[in-house]
Amino acid sequence: MSIDMSQFYQVFFEETGEHLANMENLLLGLDIDAPDAEQLNAIFRAAHSIKGSSGTFGFTDLQDVTHILENLLDRVRKGELQLRNDMIDAFLDAGDVLKNLLAAHQGEGEADRAAAEAICQRLRQLTEGSTVTTTVADAANAVPPAPTFAEASSETGLDLHFVIDGPATDEALENLKGELAQHGEVRTFELPAAPDQPCHVTLIGAVDPDLLRGLLEFVARNDSIRIEPLGSAGTALADAADGAYGFFRDEPAAAVAAAASDDGYGFFEPLPATAAPVDESFGFFEPLPELRPPVADESFGFFEPLPEPAAAPAPPPPPPTPPKPAAKAAPAPKTAAADTTIRVGVDKVDQLINLVGELVITQAMLAQSAAQIDPVEFERLHNGLIQLERNTRDLQEAVMSIRMMPMSVVFSRFPRVVRDISQKLGKQVELKLSGEHTELDKGLIERITDPLTHLVRNSLDHGIELPEARAAKGKQPVGTITLSAYHQSGNIVIEVGDDGAGLPRDKILAKARERGLNVHDQMTDQEVFALIFEAGFSTADQITEVSGRGVGMDVVKKNITALGGRVDIDSMAGIGTRMTVRLPLTLAILDGMSVAVGNETYIIPLGYVIESLQAEPGMIKSVSGVERLIQVRDEYLPVVTLHELFHVPGAVTALAEGIMIILEADGTKAALFVDAMVGQHQVVIKSLETNYRKVAGVSGATIMGDGRVALILDVSMLVDMARRALPAAA
Amino acid sequence: MVQANTTQQAAGGDEGVYTQEFLTFTLGPEEYAIDILKVQEIRGYEQPTTIANAPAFIKGVINLRGIIVPIVDMRIKFGVGKAEYTPFTVVIILSIGGRVVGMVVDGVSDVTSLRSDQIRPAPEFAATVDTRYIKGLGTLGERMLIVVDIEKLMLSSEMALVEQAADSQPN
Repeated sequence: MSIDMSQFYQVFFEETGEHLANMENLLLGLDIDAPDAEQLNAIFRAAHSIKGSSGTFGFTDLQDVTHILENLLDRVRKGELQLRNDMIDAFLDAGDVLKNLLAAHQGEGEADRAAAEAICQRLRQLTEGSTVTTTVADAANAVPPAPTFAEASSETGLDLHFVIDGPATDEALENLKGELAQHGEVRTFELPAAPDQPCHVTLIGAVDPDLLRGLLEFVARNDSIRIEPLGSAGTALADAADGAYGFFRDEPAAAVAAAASDDGYGFFEPLPATAAPVDESFGFFEPLPELRPPVADESFGFFEPLPEPAAAPAPPPPPPTPPKPAAKAAPAPKTAAADTTIRVGVDKVDQLINLVGELVITQAMLAQSAAQIDPVEFERLHNGLIQLERNTRDLQEAVMSIRMMPMSVVFSRFPRVVRDISQKLGKQVELKLSGEHTELDKGLIERITDPLTHLVRNSLDHGIELPEARAAKGKQPVGTITLSAYHQSGNIVIEVGDDGAGLPRDKILAKARERGLNVHDQMTDQEVFALIFEAGFSTADQITEVSGRGVGMDVVKKNITALGGRVDIDSMAGIGTRMTVRLPLTLAILDGMSVAVGNETYIIPLGYVIESLQAEPGMIKSVSGVERLIQVRDEYLPVVTLHELFHVPGAVTALAEGIMIILEADGTKAALFVDAMVGQHQVVIKSLETNYRKVAGVSGATIMGDGRVALILDVSMLVDMARRALPAAA
Repeated sequence: MVQANTTQQAAGGDEGVYTQEFLTFTLGPEEYAIDILKVQEIRGYEQPTTIANAPAFIKGVINLRGIIVPIVDMRIKFGVGKAEYTPFTVVIILSIGGRVVGMVVDGVSDVTSLRSDQIRPAPEFAATVDTRYIKGLGTLGERMLIVVDIEKLMLSSEMALVEQAADSQPN
């Protein structure tokens, strides 16, 4: 039995990515003058976890960098070194290098070895820093403690001996050869002289013996497989492979055996002796330079090299005195591990959502049929159906919530962005976040990150002034950028605000004229500001590294519109700018109001509906003999009669007899005239274009409780139609 | 109900002569044949949800187990028979180029094998259906089958199912 290591790589990549992000957040949140010991510990733990698991998986470059990083962190958290700003910078840069290395391992981009080497040097210097006495220990630590498995085996290989089970066909042997060749260079492949005679294969390269064992077990007799390091009589690997599925570093065999703990699925690092006999541990454990008692049995885990006492992360000098002993820190990550997540493919979640959608429809159909039977006679059936309805609703909510993620996922990257860019530009900026817990669909979260980053960069570059300029205007030298998220009528609203110079109306207009755009002085501020979303539009005097090339704002607008959202700009010269992004909560489900027109039912996305009313005859105004306007309080709104637009027969035609639904889209209001309102539903959006084509005024379709299809109205288009139809009717 | 092994060389037949299976259906008095491989299923007619401003032959869309499927009435499109909807009206669900389309016909007759030499090229004639979409005329004893290239027809702009709507034919 063996386990394919590659299936764990993805977990490793994701976890390491999370640790890095976490580390960065904590670093940015550190108060340099009075660092919080708990935070330092958390940063240290993150670095340590990365080091542990990267070592386990044989990613030595990651391990080397984190090792040095960890040393420095350890000294800082023990109070041996004073935390300085340049250290934070170095930590952040180290994090970037690690991200780069990680990406390279995932096959994205090239690993920047030089940068890795440079950051190692820098960290070493910082570690040596003030105290010279520790230089020796550091130097010792800086060298990877022992050659890792991957390194060790890069020039070695494995001798495989096995007896083919059953008749050894040429085809089977070729297959096996091919399989083996994927894991290393097949140097020799000696075929058995006769059945039941052992085969002998020499494989060159860094191969996991357990992996090979797994491969061979398909073709060879289990008891006949012998895997030995090339040219050596060593049996350590073969021994260790028995029942243990991990990667073992080049440690003495005894230590390897000692490291194996009962049914451990986690990543183990040296444990305090008390924690050693942990069964079924899923967590991460803090290091203590002590060996665990041997409890080897069926371990699925990956084991951290047991450091020699000298190579332990804690440098020798004052051992048990630090304010926060490592043993005390251990319970924290363990509890965190208890409520960790399961990683599931989004496609599986989407399938679940679809299925639940179908279930809800089926349930509604049942409820409708049941409404026609005698509730007294079939009381139990009715009760059952009511129960079913409740359960389905709960189920739907629960399933939908799987896709929802808090905005903090997006927001958490901005402290770093702001810090980096403001340093680069020589500006002083404070970032204020609010509403991080607002939840948003995962699909939207992923796609909103880039546009938001762009808006923030834009505010930093164009909005916030240099400290001197701010002081001259009588403002605080430190500028403020606010990022906030909140729900508003079925939408999520994300605001990016700054207290900077504001958008220069005149400059934008001048630039627009220069570019030959159709502008005039009477345009409203909103219209003028919207010009910055034109492709290639930039008012920056200089092209900086951050922005000014005029690429971006148009892309921002395009991306946000593609998500069904919109961006608005408010700005006041000298006071600041606020960009407001409005997005639907999810792409799959819609809160809709169903309306009846003739025999048809249509769904209006609830987010567009402001109010609905029955028009008094006096409210309806006609323009050149055609009733086209309705007076709602002090506003005149154009009337869109849906039955005319869609040519629905049998609809109510007198405007005073139906219902007016006041809609707002793209800043324009209109009244939609329908026969009646039917109800309010959560509907699953289905595309009409899958099997049909786009229909003007319809954005999609959905399946109603009775199994029939209802069309979802495209409100922006309807309002637009009203605007265009108005002059024609007048 | 229908096996998918249709296009095959007739054993010992002439070069280029092959047999293909067709689903035959009636529109009024006329008999049509379409490639059986394009047929997904056959079901009864249910009232579809009408689509605004669609041509008359597009009856609307139905919910086919969670998929939104447009329904085309071939009787209106081809201008044959009376577009009546009875409990016996049949919808042939076609699967064409990854799309699912429903087609209302008067009735489904049977599945017939036609050798390629049984299909004669259609002469040029004026009809509501463009002869471009008619592969040929099949002879089966006394019966004349109009063999329609259903894929070409359904994906054509004339059907307004895919691209921009063309004007509906008068019926």
